[in-house]
Amino acid sequence: MSNSTAASKKSVLYDWLTTVDHKKIGIMYFFGGLFFFTIAGIEAMLMRIQLMFPEMGFVGEQTFNELLTMHGTTMLFLAAMPLFFAFMNFVVPLQIGARDVAFPFINSLGLWLFIFGGIILNISWMTGGGPDAGWTAYTPLSTTSGGHGVDYYVMGLQVAGAGTLMSAINFLVTIVNMRAPGMSMMRMPLFTWTTFVTSMLILFAFPALTIGLLLIMLDRIFGGAFFDVALGGNVVIYQHLFWIFGHPEVYILILPAFGIFSEVIPTFAKKRLFGYTAMVFATMIIGFLGFMVWAHHMFTVGMGPVANAIFAVATMAIAVPTGIKIFNWLLTLWGGRIKFTTANLFALAFIPSFVLGGVTGVQLAMSAADYQFHDTYFVVAHFHYVIIGGSVLGIFSATFYWWPKMFGYRLSETLGKWFFWLFLIGFHLTFFVQHFLGLMGMPRRVGSYLDGQGLNEMNFISSMGAFLMGFAFILLVINVLVSRKNTDNVQDPWDGRTLEWATTSPVQEYNFAQTPLVRDLDAFWYEKMEGDGRMKAAEPLDDIHMPNGSILPIFISLGFSILAFGVIYSQWWLMIVGGVFMFSMMFIRSIKEDHGYHIPVSEIKKEKGEG
Amino acid sequence: MANEAIQPNVLPQNPEKATLEGRNKYLGFWFFLGGETVLFASLFGTYLGLRNSYDGGPGPQDLFHLDLVFIMTMLLLTSSLTSVFAVINMKKGNFKKMLTWMWGTVILGLGFLGFEIYEFVVYYDQGLGYTVSAFASSFYTLVGTHGAHVTFGIAWIITLLIRYRKTGLTLANAPKFNTAVLYWHFIDVVWVFIFTVVYLLGVGG
Ligand code: HEM
Ligand SMILES: [Cu+2]
Repeated sequence: MSNSTAASKKSVLYDWLTTVDHKKIGIMYFFGGLFFFTIAGIEAMLMRIQLMFPEMGFVGEQTFNELLTMHGTTMLFLAAMPLFFAFMNFVVPLQIGARDVAFPFINSLGLWLFIFGGIILNISWMTGGGPDAGWTAYTPLSTTSGGHGVDYYVMGLQVAGAGTLMSAINFLVTIVNMRAPGMSMMRMPLFTWTTFVTSMLILFAFPALTIGLLLIMLDRIFGGAFFDVALGGNVVIYQHLFWIFGHPEVYILILPAFGIFSEVIPTFAKKRLFGYTAMVFATMIIGFLGFMVWAHHMFTVGMGPVANAIFAVATMAIAVPTGIKIFNWLLTLWGGRIKFTTANLFALAFIPSFVLGGVTGVQLAMSAADYQFHDTYFVVAHFHYVIIGGSVLGIFSATFYWWPKMFGYRLSETLGKWFFWLFLIGFHLTFFVQHFLGLMGMPRRVGSYLDGQGLNEMNFISSMGAFLMGFAFILLVINVLVSRKNTDNVQDPWDGRTLEWATTSPVQEYNFAQTPLVRDLDAFWYEKMEGDGRMKAAEPLDDIHMPNGSILPIFISLGFSILAFGVIYSQWWLMIVGGVFMFSMMFIRSIKEDHGYHIPVSEIKKEKGEG
Repeated sequence: MANEAIQPNVLPQNPEKATLEGRNKYLGFWFFLGGETVLFASLFGTYLGLRNSYDGGPGPQDLFHLDLVFIMTMLLLTSSLTSVFAVINMKKGNFKKMLTWMWGTVILGLGFLGFEIYEFVVYYDQGLGYTVSAFASSFYTLVGTHGAHVTFGIAWIITLLIRYRKTGLTLANAPKFNTAVLYWHFIDVVWVFIFTVVYLLGVGG
């Protein structure tokens, strides 16, 4: 059975297409996410050009609606979440001292479903126009929207969402079952913890979206009457379903960033994270409360004062655990020897930016006041402050922090700092003024505004800020390309505290030759301080069992996508072809027992330089 | 380690959870069922919101026959029971008996499915088309999704039964049978809720 060379003989491309290695999957998530981030960014630029001057005719109203919908949908489902998944995949198994994830095959399937789903969504541009009902796809707007745009939205998200759900289960089981000896739950790094809670949120939130999308599909394509008021339908049901998913979704976007900052800040302050236990419990409380507040998006629907009041109070309660976290980061910095690396700059800038978004959040949570704010640019400003000021700064911080481990070279700090400052200034320029635009009554999601209403200057400023952010992003791309020579000092460049820094760079395919023994929180730091700076082994050197790669995940995703196209164009034969193909691939997977292969000790020793 | 080799005569006490892979599968499947719970909860919520919206079409009182539904319930509950016997035999190492009980589950499940199709056909003849009213859409979607789960479960179990008809019990297939049974129980529990929320409430309240 031992046949470690089998994998290395195949071509590089085939290897990447069939890999089940969590590190390669992480890297593909990263580039997939970055690709869609670029597309969604361009869509944002186009919208800001249209809004630069009053009554511009740059893009028509219909195109504006499509850009708006695709920007939001792409950023959330195809950029931010996959970028977080990239780091989760790459880092979490290393942080818990595991050789792999619990379900390598499912992991790969999740990746390919995301990629195929993203492609489906974007094909809509070429087949007569994207979806135009907003990322929320409220009924009856979405059920009566013409063309196939919304069908693409529904099926693209259905495919990508299935992948997300699988990945979440994979992370959950990995974290529960695959931890190295000594790595108790309360010794897990914070990023692993937030991955765990985020995965819980995905698991319990995404099925509600699945049903919401399913009902839209049934109404649009199979003549269902869920949202057809003439036949007794009820459109508000959709809003509930959507936000039961949608509010947890915003925490799915922020919790991983919280985890990243909880890694970056202690590393660069050279101090243990202040209040570790409080951080863990705050994460869990946020995750739990995240399910109790969805109706704050529906204050103006007419639920009545009692429901509004309950949801308002529940919403404000979330500010408490969030505040606990903010103070813990501040106290971690307090008295530390702070290094202002690019990764840390992003973390430091996050704190005030995110607090601003939290404050406007609490303002919005006052249901009476929300009648004024709702559906204005004030809401747009709020969620961009939390999502860019939180999630995106977190993603960039993680990019600079983990880059040497993922790619074996360090990004340039000089270019990185230019990128940081330009992006940060651009971000605040773009969105700070939008608070006031909103308070002055400028509605969101409208592709134009009139002259002479005092909106001109601030819209112009906002557009300039957006271009600055776009320019800064180009600096990041340049940085990635020109820094490739920095291959020195990549193993542990930041004097790290957690287990991922105890591996080689680039990481061996089996991660750890011997499973490490964890003796304290911040396991690697503990060995640096109390031990000899190397992890103790928890097992003797032995053959390592590895799973085989497989092409089936791509085929399964392909089958699902064909099925999706069948639904979009109401072609029964295509649905059947796709469905049969998908299920036969799953069938093959199920009846074929694959026992993997073993890497012999001799080879491991050779790679360790002991052979 | 190279010897995870399969030795049927010295299987451990709980073969379905003896390997890390088995434990992963078991835990992962529980998480999956957690997600499925939300899925069905969403459908139940939708149904409850729309169950009085007949829009002049036929409603529960015109349609539902509790005797038929009672037979279906009994079939499904019994099929769960036979799958319990199958797992008991798995733990005892009686692979043959396990297979037999599992076939029992399949047959009872098929019976249930047959009645469900019959039921839908009858309702359709009485004027309850899928597009007739919001009640009709939500009823067919909820009950139909359950029916799709039953169909998938039957196909899954049949696949396992045929694939492993001659291999004997192994550390690789024990977790597979175990998860399939877990899934079957879940389907059963969902049906109990459908029985009460859709049928009893529909006829009585
Ligand atoms: C203290 C914490 C927070 C509070 C109290 C809060 C409150 C609110 C409220 C009441 C709304 C509805 C406004 C309206 O439509 O009239 C809202 C919208 C929104 N929030 Fe927050 N929020 C908080 C944190 C966050 C975080 C952390 C994120 C994401 C990372 C987020 C993302 C969003 C988004 C995307 C919307 C707009 C959804 C849409 O209509 O398209 N919020 N928030
Ligand atoms: Cu919310």
